[in-house]
Amino acid sequence: MISLPAIPALAQFRVEVTGVGLTQLPIALAPFRGEAQAPQRMSAIVQADLERSGQFRGVDAAGTALDETSRPDMAQWRQKSADSLVTGSITRLPDGRHDIRFRLWDVVRGQDLGGQSFVVGQGDLRLVAHRIADFVYEKLTGERGVFSTRIAYVTKAGGRYSLWVADADGESAQAALSSPEPIISPAWSPNGRQLAYVSFESRKPVVYVHDVATGKRRLIANFRGSNSAPAWSPDGRTLAVTLSRDGGSQLYTIDANGGEPRRLMQSGAIDTEPVFSGDGRTIYFVSDRGGAPQIYKVPVAGGGAERVTFTGNYNISPSVSPDGRWLAYISRVGGAFKLHVMDLGSGTVNAITDTSADESPSFAPNGRLIVYATQQQGREALMTTTLDGKIKARLAGQGGDIREPDWGPFQKQ
Amino acid sequence: MNQPLKRLSIALTVAALMAGCSSGVKLDQPPVEDKTATSTAGANGANSGNTGQNGVAGVDLGQSDREGAGPVGVSRIVYFDFDSYSVKPEYQSVLDAHARYIKAVPGRKVMLEGHTDERGGREYNLALGQKRAEAVRRALGLLGVPDGQMEAVSFGKEKPAVQGSSEDAYAQNRRVELSYR
Repeated sequence: MISLPAIPALAQFRVEVTGVGLTQLPIALAPFRGEAQAPQRMSAIVQADLERSGQFRGVDAAGTALDETSRPDMAQWRQKSADSLVTGSITRLPDGRHDIRFRLWDVVRGQDLGGQSFVVGQGDLRLVAHRIADFVYEKLTGERGVFSTRIAYVTKAGGRYSLWVADADGESAQAALSSPEPIISPAWSPNGRQLAYVSFESRKPVVYVHDVATGKRRLIANFRGSNSAPAWSPDGRTLAVTLSRDGGSQLYTIDANGGEPRRLMQSGAIDTEPVFSGDGRTIYFVSDRGGAPQIYKVPVAGGGAERVTFTGNYNISPSVSPDGRWLAYISRVGGAFKLHVMDLGSGTVNAITDTSADESPSFAPNGRLIVYATQQQGREALMTTTLDGKIKARLAGQGGDIREPDWGPFQKQ
Repeated sequence: MNQPLKRLSIALTVAALMAGCSSGVKLDQPPVEDKTATSTAGANGANSGNTGQNGVAGVDLGQSDREGAGPVGVSRIVYFDFDSYSVKPEYQSVLDAHARYIKAVPGRKVMLEGHTDERGGREYNLALGQKRAEAVRRALGLLGVPDGQMEAVSFGKEKPAVQGSSEDAYAQNRRVELSYR
């Protein structure tokens, strides 16, 4: 039986940061006035977000009593080697909602960098903390934060498969789909409202497009044979898929509303795992036309395919950064499956993990982090990593196999 | 009674007789016909029938195929070597029996379900399983099975027959299953 409504997560995720980066901005997150009594420790969520990005290092601020109206003693914070400071408060209102305010300080120059206030119900407190982390990140790095984005992933537990939607820190997971048969290859639509995925519920692989908020879904590819590997074009109007309807596994594009597929290429080999480039003009994909699986690219408008990976004899699961500069993929090295990142401009490749069962890399929408699944100490886990591999965070899970993560887009505010 | 069933009931009778010689089973026990055999028939098959000593499991050849039907007493699994996507000669007689079964009734359809061992990526393995299913489809096509009576699909590495990371587990998972739904 397939069930579609949102189900609260059974697993709680923890963030563990390992590794040391070279350039990290030191920031103090003072406990928000009132957070000790509040349902969520706001400053702790903000600090975990910023640390997981790899670009910030938290400075100890325990015991301080500040809020967004305070005039902090900059000399004191400079002495603690903090370059920035966040202060704030969380107040419970008579109607049960919460009033959250914060302010960001440039400690070095003694400048008020601004702040915001929010009034939300208890269920949105974590989202507010993520928005605060986004504000801080953007002010101090000049880049957009991904802390308010969502990830999708699949678990298998007790013979049941679930497709989960969680915050980018792994918390607040809700099941979009629960099934007795496998679910693979979830893919977020560019507007963040839908997930495409492959389901085996009808005892062959078919592709659904599933509206996350309503649970409504439609069958987008149910052709003869196997249907799999959905990937969205950046404008959300087209999906690339792998179909075997004409024999072999070949690439097609299909309108997001369904209809007749258009074959992309003809090859006598396996072509699969398509992903669109950020400008929507190129599709990267896996093909074993050369004898072993390698990553290629082909213009969407038509033309010849060009090989992209040349090291190793088994390269699969491509993910392209939104700016088109980087390619993440899985390479089999001596029997181990390891995450690699290629600079597409120079062709330089780096292996960035020390685990050996990596799978399914997916770029964050700001191109600064990659989420992937792996095994650590015998347990499957989701990890995020900076592109150089120096800062990794484990989104630890409890029970069941965790696989197939996909990082969702920036959400409209 | 058609040829395969006649042969099967003779085989079961012989097996019952032979079992009787070694273990004291009554010789007048009627043979039980196993309609849904997924392994080759033998003494075990005869005595595993759930119809009791006096019952007879009648076979009505006029009924439409139930789930799990297929040529009686013929294996429904074709195994593949590592990194191999062609059907080994030893499966020729198995595919022969399936081909005859499918061709016997125009409405019959077989699903060819391809699988891989657990090593490697999910989508690439889905495509490799598809390759195996299509190899079996080609072999059946050469035996005269019309294309419209076959569908080749893949489960990749998602539905292993055997859990584990041993060579033995891998070998049992590299397979195509012929499924009559």
